[in-house]
Amino acid sequence: MSSANTIVQLPDQSTAQLPRKHYLNQELGLKSWLLTGDHKRIAMLYLFSITFFFFIGGAFASLIRLQLLTPGSDLLAPDTYNKVFSMHGIVMIFLFLVPSVPATLGNFLIPIMIGAKDLAFPKINLLSWYLFVAGGLFILAAMILGGVDTGWTFTTPLSTHYLNTHVVTAALGIFIAGFASILTGLNFIVTIHRMRAPGMTWFRLPLFVWGHYAASILMVLGTPVLAITLVLVALERTIGIGVFDPTKGGDPLLFQHLFWFYSHPAVYIMILPGMAVISEVISTFSRKRIFGYTAVAFSSVAIAIFGFFVWEHHMFIMGVSNYSALVFSLLTMLVAVPSAIKIFNWSATLYKGSITFETPMLYAFGFLGLFTIGGLTGVFLGSMGMDVHLTETYFIVAHFHFVMVGGMLMAYLAGMHFWWPKITGRMYPEAISKLAAVVTFIGFIFTFFPQFILGYLGMPRRYASYPPEFQVLNVLSTAGASILAVGYLLPMLYMPWSLKYGKIAGNNPWQATGLEWQITSPPLTENFVETPIVDHEAYDYEWLANQTEHEVKTVG
Amino acid sequence: MSHPESQHGSMDLEHQEHHVVGPKVYLLIFFTLLVCTGLTTWVAFIDLGVLNPVIALAIACFKAGLVVLFFMHIHYSSKLLKLTVASGLFMFLVLITMTLSDYISRAWGLW
Repeated sequence: MSSANTIVQLPDQSTAQLPRKHYLNQELGLKSWLLTGDHKRIAMLYLFSITFFFFIGGAFASLIRLQLLTPGSDLLAPDTYNKVFSMHGIVMIFLFLVPSVPATLGNFLIPIMIGAKDLAFPKINLLSWYLFVAGGLFILAAMILGGVDTGWTFTTPLSTHYLNTHVVTAALGIFIAGFASILTGLNFIVTIHRMRAPGMTWFRLPLFVWGHYAASILMVLGTPVLAITLVLVALERTIGIGVFDPTKGGDPLLFQHLFWFYSHPAVYIMILPGMAVISEVISTFSRKRIFGYTAVAFSSVAIAIFGFFVWEHHMFIMGVSNYSALVFSLLTMLVAVPSAIKIFNWSATLYKGSITFETPMLYAFGFLGLFTIGGLTGVFLGSMGMDVHLTETYFIVAHFHFVMVGGMLMAYLAGMHFWWPKITGRMYPEAISKLAAVVTFIGFIFTFFPQFILGYLGMPRRYASYPPEFQVLNVLSTAGASILAVGYLLPMLYMPWSLKYGKIAGNNPWQATGLEWQITSPPLTENFVETPIVDHEAYDYEWLANQTEHEVKTVG
Repeated sequence: MSHPESQHGSMDLEHQEHHVVGPKVYLLIFFTLLVCTGLTTWVAFIDLGVLNPVIALAIACFKAGLVVLFFMHIHYSSKLLKLTVASGLFMFLVLITMTLSDYISRAWGLW
């Protein structure tokens, strides 16, 4: 621990320069961005768009927490509150969490990590961004025209018969944005199958790629079901086809089956890329190959497959068959196994590793703890008896925020910090970003931990008011949310700052082993000067040490 | 993409995909689909009780199969593409059977 409390190795700042040509200055002008086929530029387009939507969703979250500061409906009318939490959910899930890591970091890194020049279908990649923006605009339009108040789940018959808000517009937006997701998944699958560099076998792939491969399978197989379900809701609303209407021989629960058939795997679409980031970060900052590489790789695929067999656990209290619920409850326990394999293997990787505590690693530690709590409370909710008591309370709100915000958002921030030097060529400021990571963690715990207790005590979700005895815990939660907001605003300030004032990062500031770290930062448009030939396993730090030993030092 | 091929095996698979299908096959499939549509309509007017939807669905599946195999060229495609289509079909079957596990046993009541 004496001298080696950081692994960061930066070039001499007095002489260091960014490479003269890279993907950011290859072509200039708006047109060169809007018509680009470069996966790295499309990743940047996605980054701007999802950051925009994150702040829209965050604004709605702030309104929710401010409303719940007091027991009465003091800030928002109850029906406005319904719209606010619906829009928070819709924006955060479909426009931020689903595309967050895959469309930005995945898009940027997958071709580089496997030694390719681009994704298999660059134009389809660009099309997916346009579809995402179009879907986002529809959802924004629904918001501006008066909002939608179905909850993000579009529950029937509420959404089809009883509400007079912009359900169809919002559903159409999600339908369109869904195709962006399908196209991204398709592109990743084909790229990973067909474009690996010579020597890059399946079991030499970084775990980042395995995680995205598994998530892509889910995107391609699951999202069409959501799309058709939302079309059915729209048709039911507009021309009354009756698929979900009991008076016409339909069944409202059929909607739940179809919706959750996508939306449960969607949870894994969101978390698998996050886990993919964590594997890279933990390996780099403990200087060890990920323990049980094969097990971690296959656990991603296992999560993807098991994820399709558990959806009915969202419906235990809705009047489904008890026998069927029993089967789904048992299957739900199965999906905990591959998630646990990952957590245990990451912990085992840390064991006797040379651990350093740079910002990405702090976020990764946050992920490990918070995701574990989120995952284990998921086991409570998956068991039928507990579920009856806990579902539709704040317990479930706390549970999925631990997984999605504590898990996925932490992983996203870990990844953004980790690859920021590669994306921009400059380092973010280390001290303040460590502060941001710690503030985020503390704010998170204060925001969501009280919600477990509130839920256990029986406070239902989705209500604008609550009995006064719940106020202390709600005030705690709202106070935590304001800390959390600071944690998210800090990177928004210092990341743009670092674009001009950050230290020049050099090719490999972390001494990491991935192919992306062996090329210039920021990378060339073509990624590699010559196609790399891979002759070593992933996370081979000995290979890296040999490389640097024999490296020819060049100037400028 | 001047990307060097990593697997020579996959090159062969790719060449299999360029199978030229003549207009005869397309026309034959097209007329088979038309006949099946007529058949569906005709059967719908005969009261077969519970068998009506079964027959309609069976004909629809047969037609979908023809479209996937011939119009979408899966019949002539590599094993990888066949597997891809099969995985979609498998997921669809999971959706149907697992959903039916609820509908079939809902009336069994409590244990």
